[in-house]
Amino acid sequence: MSNTNQMSPNKVGNLIMGTPRVGYTGYIEKELHHDYGGDTVFGFWIYILSDCVLFATLFAVFAVLQNNFAGTIEARDLFELDYVLAETGLLLTSSFTFGLAVLSANHKSMRGLVGWLMVTFGLGAGFLYMEINEFIHFTHEGAAAWSSGAWSAFYALIGTHGLHVFAGMLWMLVLFGLLFKEGLSENNIVRLMCLSLFWHFLDIIWICVFSFVYLMGVL
Amino acid sequence: MAHVQTENTHGPGGSAHGSLSEYMVGLSLSIILTAIPFAIVMSGSLNETASIVLILLCAVGQVMVQLVFFLHMNTSSEQMWNSVSAVFVILLVMILIVGSVWIMQHLNHNMLMGH
Amino acid sequence: MSTNRTIVTEADPIFGRLTLDSIPFEDPIIMTTFTVVAIGGLGLVGSILYFGKLKYLWEEWFTSVDHKKIGIMYVIVAMIMLFRGFSDALLMRSQQAVAVASESGAGYLPPEHYDQIFTAHGVIMIFFVAMPLIVGLMNIVVPLQIGARDVAFPFLNSLSFWLFVSGALLMNISLFVGEFAATGWLAYPPLSGIEYSPWVGVDYWLWALQISGIGTLLTGVNFVVTILRMRAPGMTLMKMPVFTWTSFCANVLIVVAFPILTVSLTLLTLDRYIGTHFFTGDMGGNQMMYVNLIWAWGHPEVYILILPAFGVFSEITATFSRKRLFGYTSLIWATICIMLMSFVVWLHHFFTMGAGANVNAFFGVATMIISIPTGVKIFNWLFTMYKGQVEFSAPMWWTVSFFLTFTIGGMTGVMLAIPAADFVLHNSLFLVAHFHNVIIGGSLFGYFAGITYWWPKATGFTLDETLGKWACGLWTVGFFMAFMPLYILGFMGMTRRLNYYDNPVWNNWLLVAGAGALIVLCAIAVQFYQMFASIRDQKSNRDWTGDPWNARTLEWATSSPPPFYNFALLPEVRDRDHWTDMKELGLAYKRPSKYQRIHMPKNTWAGIVIGGISLVLGFAMVWWIWWLAILSGVAMLGAWIIYAFQDDKDYYVEVDQIEAIEKKHFSNLGRVGESVTEDLESDAVTISV
Repeated sequence: MSNTNQMSPNKVGNLIMGTPRVGYTGYIEKELHHDYGGDTVFGFWIYILSDCVLFATLFAVFAVLQNNFAGTIEARDLFELDYVLAETGLLLTSSFTFGLAVLSANHKSMRGLVGWLMVTFGLGAGFLYMEINEFIHFTHEGAAAWSSGAWSAFYALIGTHGLHVFAGMLWMLVLFGLLFKEGLSENNIVRLMCLSLFWHFLDIIWICVFSFVYLMGVL
Repeated sequence: MAHVQTENTHGPGGSAHGSLSEYMVGLSLSIILTAIPFAIVMSGSLNETASIVLILLCAVGQVMVQLVFFLHMNTSSEQMWNSVSAVFVILLVMILIVGSVWIMQHLNHNMLMGH
Repeated sequence: MSTNRTIVTEADPIFGRLTLDSIPFEDPIIMTTFTVVAIGGLGLVGSILYFGKLKYLWEEWFTSVDHKKIGIMYVIVAMIMLFRGFSDALLMRSQQAVAVASESGAGYLPPEHYDQIFTAHGVIMIFFVAMPLIVGLMNIVVPLQIGARDVAFPFLNSLSFWLFVSGALLMNISLFVGEFAATGWLAYPPLSGIEYSPWVGVDYWLWALQISGIGTLLTGVNFVVTILRMRAPGMTLMKMPVFTWTSFCANVLIVVAFPILTVSLTLLTLDRYIGTHFFTGDMGGNQMMYVNLIWAWGHPEVYILILPAFGVFSEITATFSRKRLFGYTSLIWATICIMLMSFVVWLHHFFTMGAGANVNAFFGVATMIISIPTGVKIFNWLFTMYKGQVEFSAPMWWTVSFFLTFTIGGMTGVMLAIPAADFVLHNSLFLVAHFHNVIIGGSLFGYFAGITYWWPKATGFTLDETLGKWACGLWTVGFFMAFMPLYILGFMGMTRRLNYYDNPVWNNWLLVAGAGALIVLCAIAVQFYQMFASIRDQKSNRDWTGDPWNARTLEWATSSPPPFYNFALLPEVRDRDHWTDMKELGLAYKRPSKYQRIHMPKNTWAGIVIGGISLVLGFAMVWWIWWLAILSGVAMLGAWIIYAFQDDKDYYVEVDQIEAIEKKHFSNLGRVGESVTEDLESDAVTISV
């Protein structure tokens, strides 16, 4: 396929856009500054939205299976709301302290950033400790992940959230290393922004968890 | 990010950073919106339907609080795609959950399972 | 698999349940295949080492983050997998051609083997042929069409590719070590549960899909960001080329649909590995919930496969009709409608489950409605051709063949959308004929059209036209011969997935279908020969201009193959057919007076290393080799962290290098019309036979 009239203008089409502005060449002379950090944060936002669908699927499974205890102990006999309230307190506070960490980063305060991140890490660890404790307790009471459909759905939903919290904490550790290495570099600020989105997102998921799983489960 | 020096400036991709007061308001609101449903369920002061409605309202409210005060979402043009994509995903999440429950309930009913 | 083998279901601390007995030595078909693959593989590795090409492959391809090279690699792997998937199809067609009950027995494939073959065929064709073909085309074309230097996240793009390769390899390992699932391509429980599939087949299926699915999800995120944030100045959304638009919608669907697959697979994995009760028949599990979830992913997946193909046809129709695309806006809105509606039709895959009249009616009506925007598109293309100066080149052949084939497939789809009709037709060969009709006649023809159309852009030389037309003709004839009988057989009551039947009336039609498959075999052979011959004759097929078809969109504004930075200076767009606009204004092929240095990503080891370890992880999980699974999981995480700590991920291309490359391109432009026979080195890709 060799086309000999390459260079001649097209016959059909006749300049739909009208005459161009003076000096139009079809390309730009100066390389634009591209906001790579913005790409990353927006990309991470898109990832979080896909994670939303992941949790939505788990919520759908829970909604469909939540009453299928099949003779095993039922949720309302096990859930202790004050315990869940304490877990919720830890996670909500950690969301706030993460906000303070971001504010410190804005103020170029490395000490504040690392300090508040450590507090957030501690709160996350406390939450995770309580959750694992709850799992062990439930399992002892005869409500294990393999006991019945309803309990499988419970553990899948709460466990996936817990895994995300764990991943967020691992990420914090890595971020400590990167902060130690690069300080408040542009890349690290972008990483912090992404982690912050992630952490607040986990908070939002937890709001749905305590409302739909625990509170409505007890009703 | 040399230009990030004052509060309320915009970071990469139009993501705002918020201010201390914003976070404080967010925290207070979320404490209130957590306390209400827990108090109602733990005290058992309302009937079931009313409780469910209230739990739902508080959950939706608190998700909004988190989105606005902690994730700093707004309707500015810089964040247009963040908001449009979020609305789209929320719609899909609703379709998926409501659709699945609807399908499976009818199935259980027709197949005489679980009733 | 075979009865004379001991299937280990207890895990050894070191080898898990892997024993020497896991290899099917007694099966002559598998062992012959294994020998051929082993000799071929050794020959390939040997010749790479002998010619000292390993360093070249590693530096130029395996660690590359260049979207064009990653795209080419996707297409190569897809073509290899097509070979395997089609072999499975031939096995099935020949089995059914002879498997009518008689005194000589029933065919040559035992049921367990036949069941694995139809499962593998479906899985391979969807996940490891159709998906990589379309992701490969998007990789090659989309950044060029929007005037970007690369995708938004080049490392993630490389990682996506290698995760996909890992999934494909794991799938192929199952052929020689252990077994593959014998459950059908979506592995419904309870058949796919541990009770009825106690060995490794379903686990291979789970992990191959899980690993490659995560790669696909990353691709989706990557392209959404690329298309929304990296378009050239002036290219508003409604000035985007149609292929970019349809790819965008497909990637949005990937982002929101693939997490559902991830969860469905994970929950089935948990049922099989730790005894949970999501989809079991007892203890409160609900098998139908799996069917519901897998199709909530599966239906959008169908549109992920077809939407970009629609984009390909739009580009080709406009180019070869020498006209602006008719009704661009309506076509874009039709695409967006399909994207949204693809999420409210999933139940039509299981009308017969028993959810009742109301539910079925809703999803049936929704399914019929979604055919409307699809029909709109057909008219867009027809009216583009109307009064155009249509040039029937090979890509146009594929396009016209698609109109014909896909319209029939679409109409049988509307038939199946009627729940009452579906109760009769479901699970029959009518259904099999329908979905092959839309996937082959719609998606696959689109990918082949796209490969033919963009091949010169990716490689710098065109594919042989005559052979391309032969391939298209043979594919079309073969397709109709192979699948029209299946519609008839469906009406005659033949169900799908039969390895044996006792109704002699069916046999004649199955013989016709088998002959059709042989014609498709010829078509595929012609395609492979076409590629071989075109690579061999590349000097006479060279595309010096970068625009061999006199095309309309931005990707044709740069050289073929494009330099690694795509565009020396970023384009400024004012029309949706930017390149036509440039040609009409007389601004095409003008050399800029000066260049700027360009910021580019560096190659990285991380994609292939993390992807490679994921293969080990998958294999260890399949065989219950827990220590290796933990080790490789930690290694993947560690590799990612090491990559995060690495500096030096990007660099600047200096002006003198750009000038040298551009000078060569502009001197090549002067060669148009001459018959160039002397050896001229091309910059980016040099393919040798």
